[in-house]
Amino acid sequence: MMSDGPDIQPLPSAPPAELQRAQEERLLRAWKMPSGWRYWSEVNNTVVGLWYVAGTFLFFLFGGVLALLMRIQLAAPGNEFLSAEMYNQVFTVHGSVMMFLFAIPIFESIAILFLPQMLGARDLPFPRVSAFGLWCFLLGGIFLCGSIFFNAAPAGGWFMYPPLTSKYQPGIGADIWLLGFSFIELAAIAAAVELIVGVLKCRPPGMRINLIPLYCWYVLVAAVMVVFAFPPLIAGSLLLEIERAFDWPFFDPARGGDPLLWQHLFWLFGHPEVYIIFLPSVALIAMIVPTFAGRPIVGYSWIVLAAVGTGFLSFGLWVHHMFTTGLPGVSLALFSAASEAVAIPTGVQIFCFIATLAAGRVTRSVPMLWVFGALAIFVLGGLTGVMVALAPFDFQAHDTFFVVGHLHYVLIGGAVFPIVAGCYYFFPLINGKKLSVRLGKVSFWLAFIGFNVAFFPMHLTGLRGMPRRVFTYPPEAGWDVLNLLSTIGAFILAAGLAVFFWDMIRPKKKQPLCERNPWNAGTLEWLAEMPGKKWGMRTIPEIDSRYPLWDQPNFTRDYDEGRFYLPDAEEGKRETLVTSVIDARPVQCLRLAGPSFLPFWAAITIGGAFIFGTYHWWWPALISAVLGLGVTLVWLWTGTAFIPEKEQKDVGLGLTLPLYESGSKSVGWWAMFIVMLADMTAFICLVFGYFFYWTIHEDFPPASATGPGVFWPGVAAGLLTGAWALTALARRWNKRDRAMGFYAGLLTAGALAVAGGAALIAGPWLTGLDPKSHVYPAIVWALVIWTAFHIGLGVIMQGYCLARRLAGRMTARHDIDIANVTLYWHFTVITVVITVAVIAGFPLVK
Amino acid sequence: MRAFRLSGNRVHFVPGWWLALPGTLVLASCSGNQSSLAPAGREAEQIARLFWWMTAGAVAIWLAVAGLFFYAVRRRTEPRSERWGRLLILVGGAVVPAVVLGGLLAYGLSMMPPLVNRAPPGTRTIAVDGAMWWWRVSYPGPDGRTVELANEIRLPVGEPVEFQLTSSDVIHSFWIPSLAGKRDMIPGRLTHLALTPVRTGVFRGQCAEYCGTSHALMSFDVVVVEKEEFAAWLAQQAAPARAPVESLAISGQKQFLANGCGACHSVRGTPARGLIGPDLTHVGSRMSLGAGILPNEPDAFLRWIAHTPTVKPEVHMPAFGMLPPEELQALAAYLEGLK
Repeated sequence: MMSDGPDIQPLPSAPPAELQRAQEERLLRAWKMPSGWRYWSEVNNTVVGLWYVAGTFLFFLFGGVLALLMRIQLAAPGNEFLSAEMYNQVFTVHGSVMMFLFAIPIFESIAILFLPQMLGARDLPFPRVSAFGLWCFLLGGIFLCGSIFFNAAPAGGWFMYPPLTSKYQPGIGADIWLLGFSFIELAAIAAAVELIVGVLKCRPPGMRINLIPLYCWYVLVAAVMVVFAFPPLIAGSLLLEIERAFDWPFFDPARGGDPLLWQHLFWLFGHPEVYIIFLPSVALIAMIVPTFAGRPIVGYSWIVLAAVGTGFLSFGLWVHHMFTTGLPGVSLALFSAASEAVAIPTGVQIFCFIATLAAGRVTRSVPMLWVFGALAIFVLGGLTGVMVALAPFDFQAHDTFFVVGHLHYVLIGGAVFPIVAGCYYFFPLINGKKLSVRLGKVSFWLAFIGFNVAFFPMHLTGLRGMPRRVFTYPPEAGWDVLNLLSTIGAFILAAGLAVFFWDMIRPKKKQPLCERNPWNAGTLEWLAEMPGKKWGMRTIPEIDSRYPLWDQPNFTRDYDEGRFYLPDAEEGKRETLVTSVIDARPVQCLRLAGPSFLPFWAAITIGGAFIFGTYHWWWPALISAVLGLGVTLVWLWTGTAFIPEKEQKDVGLGLTLPLYESGSKSVGWWAMFIVMLADMTAFICLVFGYFFYWTIHEDFPPASATGPGVFWPGVAAGLLTGAWALTALARRWNKRDRAMGFYAGLLTAGALAVAGGAALIAGPWLTGLDPKSHVYPAIVWALVIWTAFHIGLGVIMQGYCLARRLAGRMTARHDIDIANVTLYWHFTVITVVITVAVIAGFPLVK
Repeated sequence: MRAFRLSGNRVHFVPGWWLALPGTLVLASCSGNQSSLAPAGREAEQIARLFWWMTAGAVAIWLAVAGLFFYAVRRRTEPRSERWGRLLILVGGAVVPAVVLGGLLAYGLSMMPPLVNRAPPGTRTIAVDGAMWWWRVSYPGPDGRTVELANEIRLPVGEPVEFQLTSSDVIHSFWIPSLAGKRDMIPGRLTHLALTPVRTGVFRGQCAEYCGTSHALMSFDVVVVEKEEFAAWLAQQAAPARAPVESLAISGQKQFLANGCGACHSVRGTPARGLIGPDLTHVGSRMSLGAGILPNEPDAFLRWIAHTPTVKPEVHMPAFGMLPPEELQALAAYLEGLK
């Protein structure tokens, strides 16, 4: 119950029936899906989310078929079903597809689909960004998967260790991996940004921080993890691709590089990645269990703390993937201890689910069956995880089929089974019909039995000496029976999943609609009618409980009659509420973007730059990048920061809210902030690279290094600090409506920025640093080019603000653009200062 | 064991018959000359013991959690209280794991130092350099000079050794499951693995880090013998190659040198001094060929020389299938004789 603040009640009586009809009609019109081929320009989360989920499942099927091919090859020793070259592509693409094109996108797509309804919102705050993410995902995924049909797929394993991938795999496979996935990762970060802002800022009034549905907490934690975990991989991929394309020796020991840097950067991403996969999947269990126990979750706060704790802790475990690389015993001990410790918050969550079931009256159902399977499998996987977390045992188990068994137990138990449970549970929200109980049970038992027959023997196979990633094995090794068993199990598992997929896609026209809230759940997404309406929410409700459908009297009636906020779309616009972070007080009425093809074109052109770059077609890549920039600018210009026709709007229940907010009150500012956190993380990884090389060389920078000197970096720092200061001042002048000051300030800032960027490049250029000769010049150049690129983007942004003000789309009051650009420049000047301190300052003090 | 038995006129279901299945599985799975569960080295023994303790604990914990789950979902008249639930979460989710994991860490980490630390000075050191896809092995010889061989390691039983591990191309991993855990071989770095074999036998090692197309075909033989046998073997390896005696082998030696094999391979005592490929001075007395993928027989030599990339995809050695069959036979006979 609310303890302080006014107790907002819904309207005491229903609006007249004709008004309700009119409201509903206007809402439906505002949220109407475009027809014909324009359907593909829709950006509503219910549509984009569905395509995204469908695409993800298609990639899952593709990866699954690859797995079956692998199992056929391994069913007998000396088998010749797949050649060595093909097998190595197949296992690489299987792992990469499952990790990057299934496990991450499924969490993001399910969240895009359901998060707004769980939060009583009409959509996520940046619908076109969701659509952009979807198109990037599809384009990048098809590019990657298609390569195997041309015998040009990556073949370095899903973690792509150099020097194998830097020097010994010519051909474009590795480049497809590096560039294709970096492109997709950018889209994943964009989706994560949106989910964070959605959970923090777009909740129903009254949904204080301790009333947020557990699924949303989990998604928040996972999305924050994405912001910090994906950049190390992007940074590492950048370095590896530059080594492949231009021969800069980041991972070449002959010229001062080190293959281990890749492992650190990769696993800094890779370990949090598996928790990013696990947490949102177990979040589905957290929503299913209370419903079928018929009572609220027991231990809500503990689950939240456990999820947050797991998120934090997971960034401190990565070295357990490197136990056999010869690191000192102290490191191994620390990372063993941390890796064991993460079992505790994980266990707390599982016990919360069990406690909830014990404290409730359990209804058996197909979702609960899959939840049981998930927990049974995941707990076993967690226990083998505790085993391999201990370095001495890992010395034997690392890189064997024991780990293959372990990882499939935690991923299939911790992600796939919960996702299937979620599909059975949430399916009515898609089209108002339930999936089949009979097919649900059949698919479960096939999948459960098949999975265990396939993967349990692998623990033994691995300890009996079979390493990972082998295309065949000798008959004398004695692994035949175990491998054949695994193959048989794999096909049984595949059969089970096939039955599940059939259940999803079979025609259901003749099947009757199910009743509203068929499971008698307590959370907001189950307000949906069967079938759901495109508006997402009839009205944005006021909340004072974790389970409003159970606790708040007459809640569904009040909702249906529009007795809460925003029951209408008087101006025909798509709208939702922005609320404060902790107490969810409404602070703004947010106008959402409508259908557009611009996100699609942005994805095509930006993706084109990556794809052409893979083939080293530099001019087409550059042109595509420029076009991508252009499309993005058009998207920003035509689709964001609209000056509304009025300052305030009546949102219902006697509340008026502004339609336009800028600065830290605006969702766009938050998005910029979070994106820049990700960007800074990638930059810090490059800095980490510099100091990593310093730790492994006695002489770093090497005595023979000629640059970059102190003068030019110093000049650059001065000029760029000036550019930053003038940009910030320009914002202030714009606020005070001093137009001339604004224009002069921003133009000068732009000029200083260009000069500063040139000065920064002059440092290594004029001192003759050759990045191919040694890793020191290479990493200095990498830092300089990264910074210069960001300066360039900053100059474009300054120009954009100038144009916006000139065109009257930005005023003293309506200054989102310059506010966000100033925020960007805060981060950029920090990047500049750190770069200069490192490349110019460190050689002086070391 | 039959699942059903006949008793009188009725068929009885034998309870527990199905336990035989995992039992057989487990028993079958422990054996092998490449099995970490059939240890023959001190380090592997310790790790295997740790594994069995952890497995016992894991089985117990899994059964307990499964039992709690079934208890929680079974139909009851009275649900348990929230307070009971919170106690369960605290004890089961936090306290018990903390205690168990603390104990496990104490046990596991206490056994770690000898597995990671350098062996004491004076330990016999064997250098192994990983290449795509074979093993270059160097022993300190009886007379102070290094003895070069490839793809096979022999060790005296009961004596600690330390392997110095390097790689000349990509990351490999040196692993003899029966004796000890593995250690990666990383270009630009020197890593070490200390181990002590405790019983004699023939074991197998295999590369355990994906290193390219034929990663699956990069194995080696490990023979643990008594000290005297080892000394004799080392002395024999240090000696130059046996001169061929019978005519086919003599012809084979001529072919070997004429076809340029010496550019990549060494046969000590002959002009063949190449360092790019494996040392072949005593290849005839190795347990296997091609880095553990072919038996040591004349036929295997023939296959290897004539159809190299078929035997080992993308191998760096060119095939010599264009040579006439008599020459190939001669080469095989020569190499077979290099005992």
